[in-house]
Amino acid sequence: MKHNFGLDQPLPIRYLRWLGMVLQGQLGYSTSNSEDVTTAIFERMPATLLLMGCSFALSLAVGVSFGILAAIKPYSLVDYAITTFAFFGQSMPVFWFALMLQLAFAVTGITAFGYHFALPSAGISSSDDFDLGDHALHLILPVAVLSLLSIATWSRFTRSSMLEVVKTDYMRTAAAKGLDRMRIILRHGLKNALIPVVTIIALSLPSLVAGAVVTETIFAWPGMGRLFFNALGQFDFPLLMGYLMMVSALVVFFNIFADVAYAWLDPRVKYN
Amino acid sequence: MATTLVPGAIVAPVAEEEFHIERHGVWKRFRRHRLALLGGLVIVAIALVAVFAKLLPLQDPNFIDQVNWTGYPLAPGVAGHLLGTDENGRDLLARLIYGAQISLTVAVAAVFMELAIGTVVGAISGYYGGWIDYTLMRITDVFLSIPLLPLLLVLTAIVAASSNKAALSFGVIVVIIGGTSWPVVARLVRASFLSLREKEFCEAARALGNRDGRIIFRHLLPNAIAPLIVQGTLEIANVIILESTLSFLGFGIQPPTASWGNMLANAESNMAIAPWVAIFPGLCILVTVLAINYLGDGLRDALDPNMR
Repeated sequence: MKHNFGLDQPLPIRYLRWLGMVLQGQLGYSTSNSEDVTTAIFERMPATLLLMGCSFALSLAVGVSFGILAAIKPYSLVDYAITTFAFFGQSMPVFWFALMLQLAFAVTGITAFGYHFALPSAGISSSDDFDLGDHALHLILPVAVLSLLSIATWSRFTRSSMLEVVKTDYMRTAAAKGLDRMRIILRHGLKNALIPVVTIIALSLPSLVAGAVVTETIFAWPGMGRLFFNALGQFDFPLLMGYLMMVSALVVFFNIFADVAYAWLDPRVKYN
Repeated sequence: MATTLVPGAIVAPVAEEEFHIERHGVWKRFRRHRLALLGGLVIVAIALVAVFAKLLPLQDPNFIDQVNWTGYPLAPGVAGHLLGTDENGRDLLARLIYGAQISLTVAVAAVFMELAIGTVVGAISGYYGGWIDYTLMRITDVFLSIPLLPLLLVLTAIVAASSNKAALSFGVIVVIIGGTSWPVVARLVRASFLSLREKEFCEAARALGNRDGRIIFRHLLPNAIAPLIVQGTLEIANVIILESTLSFLGFGIQPPTASWGNMLANAESNMAIAPWVAIFPGLCILVTVLAINYLGDGLRDALDPNMR
């Protein structure tokens, strides 16, 4: 049997065979339930993309707004509040934040206006029938958990990038024309301040992926991250390798995308 | 290449004086950053408590209080357990403090390893350039393109699969974390070395016939140390989170040895009746990491005013 599976071969040979297979688009078969690895991963991808997409949109909206808000009046109360929040967000262990949200909103629940309600803390839906409201409720806690770190990072970055832009000559010109600060920042500053932010957003994809593994595991979210974690307990190495392969490809793709976007947004950047 | 050689005896006193002034400025800038000062104090306090844990009137962290334990965690204050017990009737405070020992030691050891590898790779890459630089940087890129946490999990799973989970000892975790997270440091050192190797003092050192190794470690590295200190500090915070995440997921420090992460592993199932088991270890992680992050931020402002 060892011979039939090629397990009697030395490790380098097995690795080369695996590489050859990968080049043909074949990631092998899971050793725990003999599922095709590619199919298994693609089956779980939509759930992960839903989670990451929502978290991405939320982080972008909240993170960038927080950054702008903090930059409008640097060293004001608002700025301190946002910066402090960002420090907490960057220092928070994702899994513990998840546990605390579960404790507050799912286990204990919230009592307000005479009603007592609790958010679902596990899974993607309560029943197999499609119900948009139910889906949305299940999304709240995982998305909040996954977004915290990126909101914190992106808001700090947007703030410092905006403060750099505010110092430039064209911003002073706009101010000299008598425009109010809000308008200058949103109309003239934002576009330029966001250029470096694009890079940091693309580069934070690995941490989003890592966060998704933890989040999906804790919230029993049926995505790639949970598939990966379950495979870990089974020592299902074809599946683990396949997952790492796919995720790394995604990271490389995003890096290229960031480089291209950077050159497109800022015509001064030229690549040879 | 028209470098004038200045006798060392004349240079030395001037350099020393500058260094003194420079150091004074660093402390002055650092002192202004109140939160960084506070962060530093918190870290020192936590480290002292962790180091002298044996001298404190604590229970054995693995001792099960069978007299009072009912099968559920004991509440804070009950039967002399200041913070209560965990689900196995072990004193939570004692486990938190001994857990601090483990978590902090893993973090410091892993960061030292990370700095050592990263510095050597980055220095060689930046100093020599050319194909050496190209090769080393592509290896670095490979590490950077794989998300760190999944990679760490797979590596620990490989160790666990080849023997058993108990093999995931303290040293293995340190080597795995330190061996995979050095690329950031390597990039940083390389960037410093790329500009430093063009400086005149480097050329002078070369003209004096110094060996490359001596130039790299005695002349260039001391000038690249400021960003390294900042990065090293922030990395300790990162590694504390990484280790606790691994331990929480069951692929880090193995019970019964307490670590802040593995203390939370079973907390979820008892959260409705014993929230304190879930709250305290996480709070320790948050406070420690927050303190280190503020400290690192202050150090960055103080050591490298141009960096932000």
